[in-house]
Amino acid sequence: MRLRFSAPVLTFAAIAVVMWYALFNLNPAEIPSELVSKPAPEFSLDPVPGYGPGLAQADLATGKVTLLNVFASWCVACLAEHPFFMELKKQNLVEIYGLNYKDKPNAAAQWLNRHRNPYERTGMDLKGRVGIDFGVYGVPETFVISADGKILDKIIGPVSKDIFDIRIRPLLKEAGS
Amino acid sequence: MKSGLRSLILALLFAPMVLLSTSAVFIEERLDDPEMEARAREISAGIRCLVCQNQSILDSNADLAKDLRQIVRERVSLGEDDDKVREFLVIRYGDWVLLDPQFKLSTLFLWLGPAVIFIMGAFAAFMFLRGRNRQPDMEVANELTADEEAELKDLINPETDRFGRNS
Repeated sequence: MRLRFSAPVLTFAAIAVVMWYALFNLNPAEIPSELVSKPAPEFSLDPVPGYGPGLAQADLATGKVTLLNVFASWCVACLAEHPFFMELKKQNLVEIYGLNYKDKPNAAAQWLNRHRNPYERTGMDLKGRVGIDFGVYGVPETFVISADGKILDKIIGPVSKDIFDIRIRPLLKEAGS
Repeated sequence: MKSGLRSLILALLFAPMVLLSTSAVFIEERLDDPEMEARAREISAGIRCLVCQNQSILDSNADLAKDLRQIVRERVSLGEDDDKVREFLVIRYGDWVLLDPQFKLSTLFLWLGPAVIFIMGAFAAFMFLRGRNRQPDMEVANELTADEEAELKDLINPETDRFGRNS
C-alpha cells in the first residue's frame, strides 16, 4: 500500500530531476563535434590577402597544441572574442590559426587590418566547404588541435577567458606546451 | 449574419497562408534527371538543419541548409546511394543531423523506450485494476465459522420472542 502511494511520487520526482538538469545544464544549440579525437579533415586554402601564408591540413600538425578559429568579417560574435585572441597572442600562450568562413577576401583583409591579426596563418574558405568538412554550423567556432593535428575539442561561440581556462588550458597543460 | 461575414473574411485572409505554407520548399537548382532530383529532395527532407534545429534542410532558408542541399544534390548526381549521402553528413555532423535517428545500440532506448514504458504502464494499470476488483472477494473469503454462523442466525431469526420464551 505504501509503495502504491509512493510510486507515482517517485516517478514524478525522477522526471522532475532529469528535466531540471536538462533545463539548466544542457544547451540544445550546442551540438558536440563528431570529429573529436579524429584527425582534422584534408584541406588546403589560400590566405586572406596580405595575411599569409595559407592554411592546409599539414600545417595543423605543429608538434604542439594549437587553436583553429573559424571567423568571418560579417560575424558579430567574432568581434566579441577577438580582443581575447589578441591577448593570447601577446602573452604567447597558444598559436591560433584563422579559418575565414564564407567571407569576401577584401572584407576579411579589412577586418583584420582594423582589428589586428591574432593568427599565425589564415585560410579563406570562400564556399564554406572546408567548414562543412569540419562540421561547422555557425561562426565563431574554435577547434583545439593536438600536436599531431587531431581535433581535441570544439568550442561553439565566442571564446572567453573563462572558457579558455576551463576547456583549453587543461589541454595545453596536458600536452606540456 | 455579422459574425458569419467576419469569419468568412478571416477565412479568406488566412487561406493563402495555409496554401503557401505547404509549398515552402527552397530550390536553387534542379538536377536534370527528375528521378535524381526527387531522391535529392527526399534525402534533404530527412536531414536536420543545424541552424534551425527542428526543420529539415529542405524547409530551411538558412545559409548552411542551402549549402547542405547543394552537397546532397552533388552527391546524388555523382551516383551515390541514399545511405552513402547520409553517411557523408553523419561523419561531419553526427547522428543528430538525421531527423530520424538510426536504429543501433546507442539509440535502442530512444526507439524502444516508449514501447517499454507503455508496457510497464499497462502492466501497472492491469495490476491496479485487478487489485481493486479483488477486494470484494477478500470479504467473501472471510467466511464465518459454524459457531458464528449459528450465532448470527440466532440474532437475525431469534427462536425466542422478546420475552425470552421459546416459540
